[in-house]
Amino acid sequence: MDAMIVFDLALALALVGLAWAVLATEDLFAAVVLFIVFGLMTALAWVRLAAPDVALAEAAIGAGVTGALLLTTLRRTAGAATPEVTPPAVSWGVGALSLAVTAGLGAAFLGAPSQGPGLEGAIAGNLAASGVEHPVTAVLLNYRAYDTLMEVVVLFAAVVAVWSVAQAPEAETPAPGPVYAGFARLALPAAAVVGAYLLWAGATMPGGAFQGGAVLGALGILALLARSYVPAPEHRAMARAAFIAGTAVFALVALAVGFGPRVAFEYPPALAKPLILLIEAVVTLSIAATLAALFFGREPEPLSVEARP
Amino acid sequence: MSGLEALALALMVPGTVFFVAGTVGMLRFPDAVSRLHALTKADGLGLVLIAAGAAVAAGSAGVALRLVLICVLVGLAGALGAHLIARLVRSGGEG
Repeated sequence: MDAMIVFDLALALALVGLAWAVLATEDLFAAVVLFIVFGLMTALAWVRLAAPDVALAEAAIGAGVTGALLLTTLRRTAGAATPEVTPPAVSWGVGALSLAVTAGLGAAFLGAPSQGPGLEGAIAGNLAASGVEHPVTAVLLNYRAYDTLMEVVVLFAAVVAVWSVAQAPEAETPAPGPVYAGFARLALPAAAVVGAYLLWAGATMPGGAFQGGAVLGALGILALLARSYVPAPEHRAMARAAFIAGTAVFALVALAVGFGPRVAFEYPPALAKPLILLIEAVVTLSIAATLAALFFGREPEPLSVEARP
Repeated sequence: MSGLEALALALMVPGTVFFVAGTVGMLRFPDAVSRLHALTKADGLGLVLIAAGAAVAAGSAGVALRLVLICVLVGLAGALGAHLIARLVRSGGEG
């Protein structure tokens, strides 16, 4: 027996314990912090499962950006009137949905063949034609590109919803001070390099658009907090273009290659790598802009709107 | 066990001791600033010791350079986080 089984068991127990603690904690701030810890432990679990791509995405998006989004949501909803008790219909509805998802996942897991080859053979056999050397990127951007397009659409829908409903907060977050500004000056260029590197590395090793986009989105959050970037109403057109660019370029490329004998998403092998890199680069920027905009949490409004009766 | 492995172990074991000490301090100390004191000092040293042990065990200059980068970045981010929490405490925020 592998000695690491002790570590894995402790990690699995910690995950279950943290998940329970997140749900059971009354204090919302503590629950958010526990959720961030849960995300980091989940990333560690993905590392143990030899899935560094998922680990990177989980650490950057699941723990990092989602944590920042939850904390800013907490701040914005502080003092808002909340019902004393959750209506039973909501509790039972959420419970039933969670149970259904769990049952579905369990059925899928138990129904999957436990022996024999998986899809590794098919993936490795077609890797040469996929345009990239990293099997995970080949699956995400080539074999199952449709699923990935839908993920980009989900992010786009989220930012559309936020811009449609969110109001300006009553009090601005106080500036975090000169030490933070100095840190941001150091960290912003470093984060830009890391984000671009993750995107580029995705063709041959773990990395890619979502991981790179999350790091660049975190860069946007750093810049927003440090006031290095202050969203202004006249930036809205550019922001809209950045939000839609990922979905638009992805869908256009998918359709454009679909003429003639090919179907949509069937890249010509000779062009596969440049097309995938084009999609990934634009999707990375879209994800970064969208995540930073979600953190900012509203459409930057012209001043005249506030003056209206 | 080779000499390098022994050296790596000799660095990493004290590193974990510092992490445990920092965690005990965070759980036992009475107020936010004391807890920060325990965490930042002990964990910083613990991280450097464990990273040094990992660099020795890896035996490659590239990995060692990455570990140095990790130490510098975590050191910066940790110091900043501690500073922000302490600033909030002093300005009369949550203790």
